[in-house]
Amino acid sequence: MFLRHVALASSLALMAGSAYADCQISGNVSIVGNEFPAIHTVAKNAAACTGGEVKSNLTADHQKINVDGMSGNPAEYTSAIIANSSIVALMNEDLVRPLNDLVAEYGQDIPKNQLISIDGNIMAVAFMANAQTLAYRKDVLAEIGVDVPSTYEEVLEAAEKIRAAGISQYPVGSAYKAGWNLAQEFTNMYIGHGGEFYKPGTPEVAINNAQGVAALNMMKALTEYMNPDFLTHDSNATGAEMEAGNVMIMNMWGSRMGALMDDEGAEEQVYSNITVGGPLTVAGGSTPASTLWWDGWTVAKNVSDEDAVATFLAMKHGTSPAILDDETMSQAVWMIEGYTPAPVNDGVFAAIAAGTTSYPMLPYHGLLHTALGDNLADFLLGKESAEQALADAEAAYTAAATEKGFLQ
Amino acid sequence: MKHKSFFWFVLPSAVAMMLFIFFPIISVIVQSFHVEHEQVIRIVETCDLFGCKESTAIDQEATAALRAEAPLGQFAGLTTYLDRNHLAVSEVGATWNNSNGLRDFGGQMLNLPFYKAIGFTLTYTFVVTPLVIILGFVIAVAVNGAAKMLRGPLIFFSLLPMMITPLVGALILFWMVDARGIIGATLQYLAGDPDLSVKASTPLMWIMLMVYGVWHSAPFAFIVYYAGLQSVNQDTLEAARVDGANRWLQIRHVVIPHLVPLTTFIALMQLMDNFRVFEPIVSFAANAHATSLSWSIFNDLGGETRQLSSAAATSVLTIIGVAILLSPVLVRTWREFDRK
Repeated sequence: MFLRHVALASSLALMAGSAYADCQISGNVSIVGNEFPAIHTVAKNAAACTGGEVKSNLTADHQKINVDGMSGNPAEYTSAIIANSSIVALMNEDLVRPLNDLVAEYGQDIPKNQLISIDGNIMAVAFMANAQTLAYRKDVLAEIGVDVPSTYEEVLEAAEKIRAAGISQYPVGSAYKAGWNLAQEFTNMYIGHGGEFYKPGTPEVAINNAQGVAALNMMKALTEYMNPDFLTHDSNATGAEMEAGNVMIMNMWGSRMGALMDDEGAEEQVYSNITVGGPLTVAGGSTPASTLWWDGWTVAKNVSDEDAVATFLAMKHGTSPAILDDETMSQAVWMIEGYTPAPVNDGVFAAIAAGTTSYPMLPYHGLLHTALGDNLADFLLGKESAEQALADAEAAYTAAATEKGFLQ
Repeated sequence: MKHKSFFWFVLPSAVAMMLFIFFPIISVIVQSFHVEHEQVIRIVETCDLFGCKESTAIDQEATAALRAEAPLGQFAGLTTYLDRNHLAVSEVGATWNNSNGLRDFGGQMLNLPFYKAIGFTLTYTFVVTPLVIILGFVIAVAVNGAAKMLRGPLIFFSLLPMMITPLVGALILFWMVDARGIIGATLQYLAGDPDLSVKASTPLMWIMLMVYGVWHSAPFAFIVYYAGLQSVNQDTLEAARVDGANRWLQIRHVVIPHLVPLTTFIALMQLMDNFRVFEPIVSFAANAHATSLSWSIFNDLGGETRQLSSAAATSVLTIIGVAILLSPVLVRTWREFDRK
């Protein structure tokens, strides 16, 4: 007992000068989450809390382990860092604790807009926003004498001019890798065309329509200007293509703009000319062909009250204004007080301002995303018609949703 | 061996096999006959950073009651096996009635996920397995014939592909065949077509996956054959030589008959391995062009909403597939054993 007090006193003394001194927890915290710089910052700052053990497991495979990791009683992970798509899998299994009581007692100072509530229950606390928006080479657009595109039709025109000027054979980039990425691009394009994914109020899919066909045709038109390997290109690969000076114009995640615009991995001519724009619209629509995303943290349901409180306090500290400094400021579009945006974040703010739709948070939407990712490549490869590809995706979704009990 | 000592001798392995092979398979089979409960969905208001809107969510209380009643979910019998994402019985029937000719029927079948996967899996298995056996044998004979001093390094280099983790080996090749990689650029030069891309073409992607499969598995056949070659009866070989048999005749009449049992063993292992082809599809991001049964299982489990029953049904179908593939070899082995 005496030793513990001494240890506590000395650690407090060490921390006295820093902003971390105010986080005291009495319980254990274990975090699972995705792996990119902003999440590392959150986990690192949560771990600065004293009085209990704070562990974290940050991995790109977080979605494959968080459901199992939170199913046990007590749960292996007391908190999962999730996005608006991945929280659904946890909520479907009832693994997330409503935070109303904890917010009332310990979280009065968390801004209201950060609280994600479903049916009146606070299920997560968001700390950053993300969206796919335009990235372009301002020098190249100036060279061909074209304004910054605001629609996909203008992107096609600019691409044709860039190709005709002999600047690049494949000037357009996008993460069209078959699977999750491709489904995401379709989701953007379909929303941009004003499409609805389901028959109103039901889980019955309805994408095989004029908007769906138009969305696919636009995607196909864009692929004519993409590296022929586009079905294997994720956002890493297409980002590398831009840094290599091959891609001049593309739709890219806000969270990746920092890496494109820094002086690593590209020549000066390239990185100093990469510029961020707002999200694109398509087919004369006013809703951007993009989706808004947030990342946030949850507290597991199957943990003791003591650990739940500790987790809440540690995660609150991990996403508090105190974590923002010169290094962390540019890592994300933080939804935290005291954050000052940099030029790399312009796109995401433009997306929010333009009223971009947030990614659907529906219990069965993950099934449709998987079905789209598996079935649209055949159309882009020219093996089948747009209607057939959409019909295949619908049929694959219907079979999966029937098996999961959403459809009868 | 006495029955009693035999029993005690195999008991630990038998228990381990029960625990780690038999019971998991039973559990997968049980899972595949069940689907999830009917989900009770409610309309709720969802508020996030960007405002509030109407959305849906699962009614947890109602679901909890359903779960407590039947923890395994609804018994579905063969429904999962027969649905479109697996055997697609009704879709196959409709295709059969509506297609013009066998070719059209085949094409339409390959549009169904299970048949698309099985089409590639079987092609891969029946192309890669014989090539691995032939190539492994050729390397083994060549290494065995090399000067003693060279054999060590030769064996090491021949085994390299097997030492590299499949995922990493495939990734290396993935970058080499990129349009800007060394093999990709060479192919463009040879074909005289600057737009040629291995990753964008289905036939080239299939060929590359199979080349990779042969490259990766040949060392296994090689090492088994090389071990077998060490036990070839030297007196017989010498007698053949005295009788004037050249090198080819020695191989044809002495070495190959000696190695036949090993070939059965390699064929068994390779059939099983190749039927489970998975890593190269993931590493090459080839799923737009080729999928396999294992890849389907991975895809079901990896999505944001996991499909356990679907993955279980595909697993059972894979096990049945392996059993069918192996049955001719197993029957033959059993007959030979019986004869002795």
